[in-house]
Amino acid sequence: MTRLLASLRIALRALTVNKMRSALTMLGIIIGVGAVIAMIAVGTGAKRRISEQIASMGSNLLIVLSGSSTSGGLRFGSGTVPTLTADDGKAILNEIPAVRYVAPVLGGGAQVVFGNQNWSTIVNGTTPEFLEIRDWFLSSGRSFTQQDIDGATKVCLLGKTVVDNLFGGIDPVGQVIRIKNLPMTVIGVLATKGQSTQGQDQDDTIMVPLTTAQKKLFGMQFPGMVRVIMVQATAPEVMKDVEDQINDLLRQRHHIQPKQDNDFSVRNLTEIMSTQEQSANVMQYLLGAIASISLIVGGIGIMNIMLVSVTERTREIGIRIAVGAKGWDIRLQFLIESLVLSLAGGTLGIAVGMAGTLILTSFTQWPTLFSIKAILFAFLSSSLVGIFFGFYPAWKASLLNPIEALRYE
Amino acid sequence: MDSLIQVRDLVKVYSLGEMDVRALRGISVSMERGEFVAIMGASGSGKSTFMNILGFLDRPTSGQYLLEGINGERLSRDELAEIRNRKIGFVFQGFNLLSRTSALENVELPLTYAGAQTSKRKEMAQKALTEVGLKGRGHHHPSQLSGGEQQRVAIARALVNQPSILLADEPTGNLDSKTSEEIMSIFQRLNRELGITIIMITHEPDIASFAKRNILFKDGKIVDDHKNSAPTIAGGWK
Repeated sequence: MTRLLASLRIALRALTVNKMRSALTMLGIIIGVGAVIAMIAVGTGAKRRISEQIASMGSNLLIVLSGSSTSGGLRFGSGTVPTLTADDGKAILNEIPAVRYVAPVLGGGAQVVFGNQNWSTIVNGTTPEFLEIRDWFLSSGRSFTQQDIDGATKVCLLGKTVVDNLFGGIDPVGQVIRIKNLPMTVIGVLATKGQSTQGQDQDDTIMVPLTTAQKKLFGMQFPGMVRVIMVQATAPEVMKDVEDQINDLLRQRHHIQPKQDNDFSVRNLTEIMSTQEQSANVMQYLLGAIASISLIVGGIGIMNIMLVSVTERTREIGIRIAVGAKGWDIRLQFLIESLVLSLAGGTLGIAVGMAGTLILTSFTQWPTLFSIKAILFAFLSSSLVGIFFGFYPAWKASLLNPIEALRYE
Repeated sequence: MDSLIQVRDLVKVYSLGEMDVRALRGISVSMERGEFVAIMGASGSGKSTFMNILGFLDRPTSGQYLLEGINGERLSRDELAEIRNRKIGFVFQGFNLLSRTSALENVELPLTYAGAQTSKRKEMAQKALTEVGLKGRGHHHPSQLSGGEQQRVAIARALVNQPSILLADEPTGNLDSKTSEEIMSIFQRLNRELGITIIMITHEPDIASFAKRNILFKDGKIVDDHKNSAPTIAGGWK
């Protein structure tokens, strides 16, 4: 123990004698650790944002799109030909036990006008369950009810973006706006949802009762037509089963022969999202790996300086060996020196990394997130760097021939 | 009883590329406790090589060297370091103090590697410094001390572990004659009063005359070995 303390004292003295050199050597580690901290913060932030977006989309979500079609050799994408009805939605809810909510949607673009303001947005006709599925709340007013659906009443809910563009500070609840020239009463305002994973503004939307959309806004090519049916399963584990059951049920309901293709498609959005989450993970590791390279470069800087230091102090090492220092005493002395350099650099690097991240965030608005784990990782890896890159110079020092070392000028 | 130092047929050959240099060609000698030996010889006579082997800094090519019956032949580097630490004190021509380190800490160095407690270390180092007449100068750095004082710090460092032998390699080589005599006076007193065995290399007959026994090396062999019946008495320092 006393030997360890003595070695520590010797190391600290050696470092303070060459202040400039020690500072520059540390700089390599500071930058390395700082980069690791900042990159991990950026990566974690991105991952967190995706997680939030997944949560904002609603959990255990399946989307049934009306089918693709082939017409004169041209194949159209999903949803181009309406094949779904609101009754398909009811059937899914009633016949598949693992389904919690179903919300059929019929929507489209529309011009909306209030007073002398106008705005172009997406108007979705749906049922009250839509808000449950999307885990969406109202910031004011009320949602529409089954009575509104049954009566196809002219009421609507506005997204935050629409409110901002049409109403300059006026409370929109109770006001009447015109959607495709149809006067509609605003009964509620949706809470802010932010961007979707695809970067769309989810708040740039208006919701109306499904029947109102069908009968008064967009019209129907056949009774009960909808474009999309949102389905929420009861648990993540049953998603696959529910997807299969929807396929079976709708094939049966649409009278599709065994060899025919589906006239609808089922998408598991949660799955798509988790893929995105995985790629964010990969991104995070990649950033971390790149930052780690600078940490390694910093470590090589330490090794370089330690080798110089060993050469410079050959005589000192010779004296120490002559008066009875064992190999381990010499190794310890130089190891502690490199460890002190790298740990001091690591500690400063954490501070620099955090400061850098805050600056980055304020300039770029990137979401960033510090984690204790990242800080521990950076600290631990800087000490490993110190030991790893300090070992060779220390080992070399301990093997010096004392006679030659004492003669060294 | 065995001699303190027993050397038999010591041979040391350095290979310098193609050529072999025979630094020692069969040295046999023994030394007793309490001796003060001066080893003389021209440069290249093998006296430094001999000293390095006595100090366990080097290993002989053949032959045997026993210090208090210990044979270093089979011992590891670290075991030799421990013997040096416990049994041998070195004084060098160029002082070989650690610069940027106070005199006291220089003296403490062997104790540090012996694993002594801090308080014990300080106490023993102070005592050793007092022994060489540097009481109260412990906080000075080598650059603040004269050559003679630096050498005295080195002697204190060599003494601090109470070694069996003190090996001095040209201890006065870098000092003027007056300071040299001061150092010799310290050696004589340590030898006389504390019974410390001193083996000293020198090429100056004047310095050798302070020792009680003179050994002359030539071409890797001992050519003369005689007791000095009346060593010069060195004047003390103030």
